[in-house]
Amino acid sequence: MTSVDTTVPVPSAVASAPRPRRRLAPRRRLGQIVSGVLVALLLVIVVGPLVWMVLGSFKTQTEFLEQPVWALPQQWNLDNYVFAWTQGNFAQYASNSVLTVFPSLLLVLLFGSMAGFALEVLVWKGRGAILITFLAGIMVPTQMILLPLFAAYFRLGLTGTLWPLLITYTATSLPLAVFLMATFFRAVPREIFEAATLDGAGLIRSFFLVGLPMVRNALFTVGLVQFFMLWNDLLIALTFTNSGSLRTLQVGLLNFTGQFGSVQYGPLFAAICLNVVAILVIYLFLNKQVQKGLTAGAVKG
Amino acid sequence: MNPLLGDRRATLILIGPALLIYSVVMLVPIIVSFGYTLTSGNAITGFTFSGLENYQRLVTDTRVRDALLLTVRYAVLMTVLQVGFGYLLSLLYVFVLRRWSSAVRTLVFFPVVLPTVAVALLFQQMFAIAPQNGLVNTALEAIGLSSVDWFGDGGTAFLVIIVMDVWRSMGFYGVLLYAGLLDIPEEVFESARIDGASGFGLVRRIVLPLSLPVLISSLIFSVNGTLKVFDSILALTNGGPGTSTSPLTIYMFDTSFRFGQYGYGSTVAFLLTIVSLLVTVFIFRANRRDLTKD
Repeated sequence: MTSVDTTVPVPSAVASAPRPRRRLAPRRRLGQIVSGVLVALLLVIVVGPLVWMVLGSFKTQTEFLEQPVWALPQQWNLDNYVFAWTQGNFAQYASNSVLTVFPSLLLVLLFGSMAGFALEVLVWKGRGAILITFLAGIMVPTQMILLPLFAAYFRLGLTGTLWPLLITYTATSLPLAVFLMATFFRAVPREIFEAATLDGAGLIRSFFLVGLPMVRNALFTVGLVQFFMLWNDLLIALTFTNSGSLRTLQVGLLNFTGQFGSVQYGPLFAAICLNVVAILVIYLFLNKQVQKGLTAGAVKG
Repeated sequence: MNPLLGDRRATLILIGPALLIYSVVMLVPIIVSFGYTLTSGNAITGFTFSGLENYQRLVTDTRVRDALLLTVRYAVLMTVLQVGFGYLLSLLYVFVLRRWSSAVRTLVFFPVVLPTVAVALLFQQMFAIAPQNGLVNTALEAIGLSSVDWFGDGGTAFLVIIVMDVWRSMGFYGVLLYAGLLDIPEEVFESARIDGASGFGLVRRIVLPLSLPVLISSLIFSVNGTLKVFDSILALTNGGPGTSTSPLTIYMFDTSFRFGQYGYGSTVAFLLTIVSLLVTVFIFRANRRDLTKD
């Protein structure tokens, strides 16, 4: 890793100070214990709720109402999951999420990288102003565009389809994607594109054949960031899904408890788990890129 | 200037789709939304011009005042807490856990990517009192305190919102600020230690000033995001009990979609936009002044 890895363990500020060793030892051990307890507490706070969530997804309604909250489930079967998936309509919700999020991701990555290339590599008048116009889109609250869009979709007869979601997702993701792709293209030496052009490739061709392959890691990062934003979106989905059959996973989960007369705790926990599973799998494999990508999206400020 | 990379047709083809979508679906609606503020009605009944009526209502509406107050309270408290906890985490990663920090970092970051609705439903159950105590009330009773009806009162419900959102976001700021700390050269710490700085003195005199830039961008990012809080509050308390935990975003949603008042909803959205812009500009300028002083 980086430069932080020096030889001295634990509170380095204390440990590496040039003082006699006898005075140091107890202080250092105390420091170790304190930091150990702190880290343990941190892990309990972070992991505890998640473990409790998984345990709850296996409990029956009676267990919820009669056993203490920390009790382990008395059986390990998937009844709650089956109930949530079938009675809770989760298959439909998942398919709605996939059908809206992935097509818009594709469009955002394609159009976003094209625009980023045009704004950063190509030379033309007014590109600074256009870049700032895109940047402004990151700042403006989504609430500002919801009502006119709702009216427009209504007039176009798109209400009652998944199109409003797909279109709105694509548009609201573009500013950040354009901005990030522009910064990634900034790191590519322009001489490469000049050489490609001299060799007779048109600018469009040199974008697709030279530019895109050079930023494929960036494309992946931006795609990952946008995926999480869209997959977890509630505001836009809530606005444009006016019928049960259009609900995305998030809206479906939000309405889950309302579907049955009384709260079905086991299935509710199972539904929460189902909602989290896709994210968990992605995170297990790609956590490094996820951390880097999401925080890269923040430094834009 | 550079004839090789200047081709009007190629530029148009490359920037065209993004610019077109962005303009039609975001820029035009922003302008239209501003136009709505001068009307009353909605998409189904049609719009009628009403002049500055919505703005007059905005100024006198006590619910707007409450919602704005709640938004600001949430944004300030959340920014202090999530950046503060994030900074402590980053210090923990760099100075205590060091090369072992990777696993802890990954774990603490996980809630960041979890769907807000899932987390909110989980926290509802954790803080539940009926039909049975959740984890938190059980713990309270175990140490001899009595159960609290967390969602029965605006104050305690607000507290749960804050606890949940800190839980969700601290790992994010931990990693963001950790990256900033890694950029400080190790020699700086070494020479500071040789000069006798240690522990909190080292943090206060050396680490804090050097990580100021990344702290400032965290603050800006945090304020900008927290002012627009919607998902977590909607899913956790739905703005309730009553309207006691409704920020501007939820009030806007209510007026627009529950009461069908697009004009007034747009006015509330406009207020939110102005507030976010003002705060961002303010922090930017304050930040610039500080940098020139150094």
